Amino acid sequence: MVTPAPEFTEEIAANGGASLMLCFQCGTCTASCPSGKFTAYRTRKLMRAAQLGLKDDTINSEDLWQCTTCYTCSERCPRDVQIVDVVTALRNIAVANGKLYEGHKKVAANLIKVGHTVDNNDKIKALRKELGLPENPPTVMDNAAAKADFDKILNATGFNKLVS
Amino acid sequence: MAKYAFFLGCIAPLRYPGIEKSTREVCKALGIELVELKDASCCPAPGVIKSFSKATWLAAAARNLALAEKEGLDIITVCNGCYGSLFEAAHELHEDKKMLADVNKILADIGLEYKGGTKVRHFAEVLYKEVGLDAIKAAIKKPLGYKVATFYGCHFLKPSSIKNLDNAENPKMLDELVTVTGAESMPRQQKLMCCGAGGGLRSQFGETAMKFTKENLNNMKASGAEMIVDVCPFCHLQFDAGQKELGFGFPVLHLSQLYGVAMGMDAKDLGLNVHVTPVKL
Repeated sequence: MVTPAPEFTEEIAANGGASLMLCFQCGTCTASCPSGKFTAYRTRKLMRAAQLGLKDDTINSEDLWQCTTCYTCSERCPRDVQIVDVVTALRNIAVANGKLYEGHKKVAANLIKVGHTVDNNDKIKALRKELGLPENPPTVMDNAAAKADFDKILNATGFNKLVS
Repeated sequence: MAKYAFFLGCIAPLRYPGIEKSTREVCKALGIELVELKDASCCPAPGVIKSFSKATWLAAAARNLALAEKEGLDIITVCNGCYGSLFEAAHELHEDKKMLADVNKILADIGLEYKGGTKVRHFAEVLYKEVGLDAIKAAIKKPLGYKVATFYGCHFLKPSSIKNLDNAENPKMLDELVTVTGAESMPRQQKLMCCGAGGGLRSQFGETAMKFTKENLNNMKASGAEMIVDVCPFCHLQFDAGQKELGFGFPVLHLSQLYGVAMGMDAKDLGLNVHVTPVKL
């Protein structure tokens, strides 16, 4: 027996997952999910748990992170539930509650360090030069003032604190 | 001459600069002017960064959109991830004035404002819709006879409700863009299946990501394809680097690189010599 917790469902809605409540549990999402072929992730079950407001069951589950955001489920949903948006909302709440994997922390650390999800390296610099391209692309990576602006955005939205 | 702000993203310039180079050359040959979108950042990535913080994702995407708007240009990108993030952020900011106002409060601190006018375009659909197959055909100097597995990826066509580019379950665009070179597009099972890299799987659950990749590669092999052509550097990375340990050896080309070859450019100038899986043409 579970006790529904509507306040958590409201939190999901506030994070962009309001269409969740349209779900009538047909299971088209689970049947369409490529990740579900290889993992224990069951999209329909996640949607149900989220509708009931089961915070711990959803945000602490590794299943939440098995979605590749391929959108096959959203495309086929007969109720137009924006399932990827619900998954994203749940992940945002999970991260806000301190649930961030090491591999994901590394990606976040790169974004903080250079403004990109991956850093440059000597091999790539040499190759870029060989191709007649500048060693660094002309992005925040190559302009300290622009990077400082980018850092302000990360700070204003609390990113550094969130992923540290 | 059509003119766009060239949004580089991360994986193309920092892992496969040959894709960046071939895009510049192919656009030049087809009469598309690419203007550097200076000081741009990561889009940010739709699967990872947006999963951590939608607020950061939206504000950083808005900064990129505002930089292009300041130049009076629409954005072009060769990456499905960048296309997905920037297109969706532009769409949300266009539809939700409060969200736009909130983001502009953050942008004001760095002297920027986004008015909501930047259009975001993918290289492949610009070629298909603006340049057209006839003009592309006229630029082909060396017709190709390869049997190709076309790989659309996910964030190019989907969510189709806002992108409206092609039928997301049975698309034709990339197949037509490939066959115009003289190559053959081989039909296969589960053609629209994800490569496995997205959503933070490659960075944290690599073994699961590889299961997606392997199933795709098996289907490609069964189809008789001898080459993979993609429109996304991240799918490109997943196939080029991932297939090695799985025992496959498909040459993996981004559409811009396939066009570079068909337009008679040297393989070395297209960066094909540095792929993890050797490209022998």
